[in-house]
Amino acid sequence: MFHQKSQKLNLKEWEEIKMSKFKKSSSKELPPISTASLPDIVFMLLFFFMVSTTMREVTLKVQMTLPQATELSKLEKKSLVSYIYVGTPHKQFQKAYGTEPQIQLNDEFATLRDIPDYITAEREARAEEERPLMITSLKVDEFTKMKIVSDLKQELRKMAALHINYSSRKKTDY
Amino acid sequence: MAKKIPEIPSASLADIAFMLLIFFLVTTTMDVDSGLERRLPQWQDPDEQNDDTPPIRERNIFIVLVDKFDRLMVEGKIMDVEDLREAAKEFMANPYDDENLPEKEIQDVPYFGPVGVTKGVISLRNDVGTSYGKYIAVQNELVGAINDLREELSKSKFGKPFNDLNKEQQDAIKTIVPSKISEAEPKRVGGN
Repeated sequence: MFHQKSQKLNLKEWEEIKMSKFKKSSSKELPPISTASLPDIVFMLLFFFMVSTTMREVTLKVQMTLPQATELSKLEKKSLVSYIYVGTPHKQFQKAYGTEPQIQLNDEFATLRDIPDYITAEREARAEEERPLMITSLKVDEFTKMKIVSDLKQELRKMAALHINYSSRKKTDY
Repeated sequence: MAKKIPEIPSASLADIAFMLLIFFLVTTTMDVDSGLERRLPQWQDPDEQNDDTPPIRERNIFIVLVDKFDRLMVEGKIMDVEDLREAAKEFMANPYDDENLPEKEIQDVPYFGPVGVTKGVISLRNDVGTSYGKYIAVQNELVGAINDLREELSKSKFGKPFNDLNKEQQDAIKTIVPSKISEAEPKRVGGN
């Protein structure tokens, strides 16, 4: 009788030991994820963004909402594009320049008379063989009246900068 | 006695990289510049303008007027921008050789042989008070009409989209469906 009891206890103890051992070993088998490759991954992302990023060269002094269109073509070579911005001046410039749409070339407000100089300067900055391929991108606010745009186009025609691109957003269908 | 130089700890490398990454994430602008591509006509001095060119016949010209209230008049009728594309397509294609729609001139085009090439010209005229957004919407429809026609011709002749054709094939289609959108000098077109 006594002998039997002790054996039963032993069995129980044995079971307990086995359980604890099993538990312990299971928690030991899950090592922490190595973070050694984290910098590599982050660097990879970093390079991707560094390559794909385009720094904005000019600070916009006018605000504009580009019109929407469907028949878009992309401006392939950034180096061949010169930009002309037209829109209402930002809040901090409204005292000096009013709320009527203004032309911005590079970093400055400009008038129509500055266009020929600007186009000439842009031409000078490009290599000889690239000049015929130059494109002028017009970034014009959609609420601007056509007068200013027509005058702009006439100036561009006078300067023989005939290849233009009306910058617009992709139209989203609802 | 060579002293062992301790290794530079690289634990902060990830932090530095993260900081740079966040900087570029914030400053990046992913949008590719795109827009309607157009070619302006050559500049002509108003004084030296020679009027030797014969006037375009009435049936060959598709007049689109936009007034200062952004209303659209096409061939003497008021129209919505939504209907402009179809109207322009019908004008440029003239599938049933309608007498009121443009004439066709038989030309020998590579890949196609002799085909009738339309003599139609789209004339777009806007008021000085027209908004730029409307102007672009109208331009977009007109360019879209020509692109649609080129696409249709390309599909039926070569069985693939216009953009996948080679240079000669594209030129042939461009000869048959010319992009003739002329913009008149802006002036007041009513609604004053």
